[in-house]
Amino acid sequence: MRDVGIIGIGQVPISEHWDLCLRDLGALAALRALEDAGTDRADAIFVGNMLAGELSGQENLATLIADSAGFLPIEALRIEAACAAGGAAVRAAYTAVASGAHDFVLAIGVEKMTDHLTDGITSALATAADADYEAGHGVSFVALNALLMRRYMHEYGSTHEDFAAFSINSHENAVHNPNAMYRMPITAEDYATSTVVSDPITILDSAAICDGAAALLLCPMDQAAAFPRQTIEIAASTVATDTLGLAERPDPLHWGAIDVSSHHAYEQAGLAGPADIDLYEAHDAFTIVSALSLEAAGFARRGEGVTLAREGRIAPDGDVPMSTLGGLKGRGHPIGASGVYQVLEVVQQLRGEAGPTQVKNAKVGMAQSVGGSGSVAVTHILKN
Amino acid sequence: MQLPRYHRLRRSFYRLEGTRCNRCDRLFFPGRRICPDCRSQDVEPYQFRGRGTLYSFTNVQQPPRGFGSIGPYAVGMVRLEEGPLVTSQLTDVDGVDLVIGMEVEMVTRKIQDSSEHGYIVYGYKFRPLLTGAR
Ligand SMILES: [Zn+2]
Repeated sequence: MRDVGIIGIGQVPISEHWDLCLRDLGALAALRALEDAGTDRADAIFVGNMLAGELSGQENLATLIADSAGFLPIEALRIEAACAAGGAAVRAAYTAVASGAHDFVLAIGVEKMTDHLTDGITSALATAADADYEAGHGVSFVALNALLMRRYMHEYGSTHEDFAAFSINSHENAVHNPNAMYRMPITAEDYATSTVVSDPITILDSAAICDGAAALLLCPMDQAAAFPRQTIEIAASTVATDTLGLAERPDPLHWGAIDVSSHHAYEQAGLAGPADIDLYEAHDAFTIVSALSLEAAGFARRGEGVTLAREGRIAPDGDVPMSTLGGLKGRGHPIGASGVYQVLEVVQQLRGEAGPTQVKNAKVGMAQSVGGSGSVAVTHILKN
Repeated sequence: MQLPRYHRLRRSFYRLEGTRCNRCDRLFFPGRRICPDCRSQDVEPYQFRGRGTLYSFTNVQQPPRGFGSIGPYAVGMVRLEEGPLVTSQLTDVDGVDLVIGMEVEMVTRKIQDSSEHGYIVYGYKFRPLLTGAR
């Protein structure tokens, strides 16, 4: 296996893009990544996306994006892993370069959601869950996370208010990210009085519906020096899986896929453990997921994920900075694109280009993309 | 839900039938044709009694397509007395203070009444255990 680095990043600001379609979003991000890298060479693209078939009636998406960007006839494949599709596309691009199959590969994440009304999107998102035994009973994706959050509060004696710090931190950091969707801070009172979506989950516990696309250009480390931008090395790339149905796990509050992929990643990157990570871009689609991620990845003991947030340790100047450019909650969560935005933001941090929320002396960053209610976790550790 | 699919699911949906692995004795709901623990295909149907306790619950305020006419509605996860957890709608809970740990029982009810395929989907739901049913 060859060592692999990231030499270019590109993104479309997350928004409701009424005037941009799926193909253009993906192609624009790809071309911006090439421009950043100072090259026009891409040997293959891997496109992370979950909902193009369901929401846009469009499969065969990677070919469409290769066509839109003027990349034909290169290899172009779509990667689907529910909400972890973006991370999975980075993983696919990484393995393609590491194996020697290709030298210059784009990982692209793209999602177009806002053409639909809420019930259509709710149904589409539920396809990440078990179609017969969860979604088929009207149990929405938010509801699955709400079931977890209530159980968490029951087992550990925590309150809804204990989760506020995750959302407040994400919004605080998004203010300074020009590509984020929600560039406004929120207060504890805003959090406490937010509209309930599926109790105890409120709007301010949840990442919102949006459109977006991001891209990364990967190449072998030994060819990276020829390019203008600082190369950020991919020190670990791992994937682990768990049951699709939340109820089929021995303990639904322990997300085994995150545990396994995180610990494999620490080992692959030659780290002793989570203490060696300078920032952690977790899959904060819901505040409960942030807490469960911190615990499964080993940053906090069980039931104490919320404590880290409450004590301010997840802020950019804390010891476990999270959602440093807004995370899924503040930057926005265009489902299959989010995993690519996460890695892109770790690159910005490790280049020292993260602006006001720059983590000081950031050397090692971790991005983690989670699909379904913890059924697949893709982890990347980057080093500068 | 497509008719052949609904037909395949009828035993589990109508009466909470799962499977038991004959090699390692593990019980499954939903039933599995292959035991993930020992990979044996020697499995047989297993009838769950339909009693359990509430593991967690919530209300769906934004129903997915096809569930709008019955929403908002309560859903929960139920720990069956035989062991497995089941995710399900809850019913007969108007005016009931739901509490984790409360006893519940399975009933067969209308799950979805606006099926695009023109028929009504029935299946299991759980309700608070009726007093005297113990
Ligand atoms: Zn078995």
